[in-house]
Amino acid sequence: MEFIRNLPFICIVSALSTGVISSVLKPRVAKLLSFLLISGSCIASVLVLVYTMQTGEAFVYSMGHFPAPWGNEIRAGVMEGVMALFFSAIMLLSLLGGEKYLKVDIEASKQNLYFVLVDLLLSSLLALVYTNDLFTAYVFVEINTIAAGGLIMVRSNGHSMLAATKYMIMSLLGSGLLLIGISLQYDLTGHLLMSNIQEAVGELAAQGEYAMPLTVIIGLISVGIAIKSALFPFHAWLPDAYGYSTASSAAILSSLVSKAYLFLLIKIIYRVIGTEVFWDSKITNVFFVLGVAGMLFGSVSANKETDMRRMIAFSSVAQIGYIYMGLGFGTQLGVTAAVFHIFSHAATKSMLFVACRGLSEVSGNWKEFSELKGSGYRNKIAGAAFTVGALSMVGVPLFAGFISKLFLTSAALETMSVKMAIALIILAISTVLNALYFIRAVISIYTPRNEKYYDSTFRPGITFCAGIVCFIFINFALGLASNPLIKAIEQGLRMFS
Amino acid sequence: MLKNLFANYYEAVSIILFGIGFTTLLLNRNMIKKIMGLNIMDTAIYLFLAAKGYIFGRKVPIVSGDVPEPENYINPIPSGLVLTGIVVSVSVTAIMLSLTIRLYRRYRTLDIDEITRLIKEEK
Repeated sequence: MEFIRNLPFICIVSALSTGVISSVLKPRVAKLLSFLLISGSCIASVLVLVYTMQTGEAFVYSMGHFPAPWGNEIRAGVMEGVMALFFSAIMLLSLLGGEKYLKVDIEASKQNLYFVLVDLLLSSLLALVYTNDLFTAYVFVEINTIAAGGLIMVRSNGHSMLAATKYMIMSLLGSGLLLIGISLQYDLTGHLLMSNIQEAVGELAAQGEYAMPLTVIIGLISVGIAIKSALFPFHAWLPDAYGYSTASSAAILSSLVSKAYLFLLIKIIYRVIGTEVFWDSKITNVFFVLGVAGMLFGSVSANKETDMRRMIAFSSVAQIGYIYMGLGFGTQLGVTAAVFHIFSHAATKSMLFVACRGLSEVSGNWKEFSELKGSGYRNKIAGAAFTVGALSMVGVPLFAGFISKLFLTSAALETMSVKMAIALIILAISTVLNALYFIRAVISIYTPRNEKYYDSTFRPGITFCAGIVCFIFINFALGLASNPLIKAIEQGLRMFS
Repeated sequence: MLKNLFANYYEAVSIILFGIGFTTLLLNRNMIKKIMGLNIMDTAIYLFLAAKGYIFGRKVPIVSGDVPEPENYINPIPSGLVLTGIVVSVSVTAIMLSLTIRLYRRYRTLDIDEITRLIKEEK
């Protein structure tokens, strides 16, 4: 059982080295290696999860056996295990579902490079989940940015190159703020390991010293991460980046990349700054206001879109707003709801992007609603998945989205302040807006008029079907049996502090 | 307030440089100038870290047999952070430059607004 403690490190390093090796391999081999790697990381995460649940406490793995204040550390608890498992599983399914479109969207000579990026992305996601060192987190944030930028621009047309440029610029601004925040923090506390910083920050806050610099640090780090995870009004890069990349990339970017930053933020709240200091800093109010604004703005913009991919992308802006609203309550229940929404949104949004690509495939590769009419009949499984995803996004019972809205509402009711009223009203408005555009989309794909793209020989393909079926299953599982996950999140948050 | 600024002039200068770099990266329309802004921003942070790690009158932290006491050396960790940061910033700059080259080959301009306009017309 002691061996399990090595697994997080082994996963990160093997992902990095597979990425390096894949650059000289044939595309087919690189793909196989990637799939093996991600499946292996799923299994390893399950083992870590079971191990930490049994022992009931998080374990720390010191790299190179240097003791605490000097060495670099990896830390794994229930929360980290769940996140790593979820990230690897969603990544596997996104790649599986979008696999057949990679050949269409990416030049033949660059096929293996796609998997290099995927491997690097996995390593950075796992490192962000597991690391206990703030500077290591920064380095992997940058690796994540580079890999994500590559995933967008790998489909080399003008739109995706411009989208990648915009993404990189915004992301680099975010990392700059994050880095100066971390540097100021190091200057103030003299530590880089999360547990040591928390101690030092707690002492500073208790003595009431350096209150101003501490607030500046919290602000810089929060804004940096908010830019990278596309919180309104820093979302300008998002619709293009998700709308013009290949299906797997869009699924991975929307469900994993922005979520990894959100997880880092939650980790910083709990493990670096400490919840008490963070909730007292009032930055939660900023999160709340921007989150609520994002929920409205994202839904309104999605309503105006005629392009299905961009509609789904704008819906992401709204959903990121939900998560920040959950954090903005500044309560344990709010964070639990936010974390659950990370899961439910990631599972649903990646399914929607993959299904959307399947629908546009049978509509002459158009993404406009006028051309997508009746595509739900031509590609039945993609239509079914899109419907499930849409209902989940709206928050219909049975589906994952319902549970997260339920938790967000109960978190709002618990606060008993002006935030409660605003949150409830905006949740209601946003749900209605969600329903408007998603139901419109579902109706348009099931309008049986457009017969010009009908092709009786069309088969969706086995990998696509397998991916989609798993996605639908996960969505129902999250919607019908959410209790174990909620328990795990609560246990994980307890282990954090 | 002003006295503190003069006492910590390295930090003050580095924050001003950070601001210059940040706004250039955000607001300038020229891709090359944006990348220059990115580098100014990153370098400002390295200046900040290096200034924080230096302790007046002490030596480079390479232990040579005769003076092993840590009081004789500056703090080595910020230097390590700067080195790591430089590697990161070089790779990011390389990616941005390669993107710029590809955009320039296709649209013959470095102005990002102009590129956006050309791509919209392309559709």
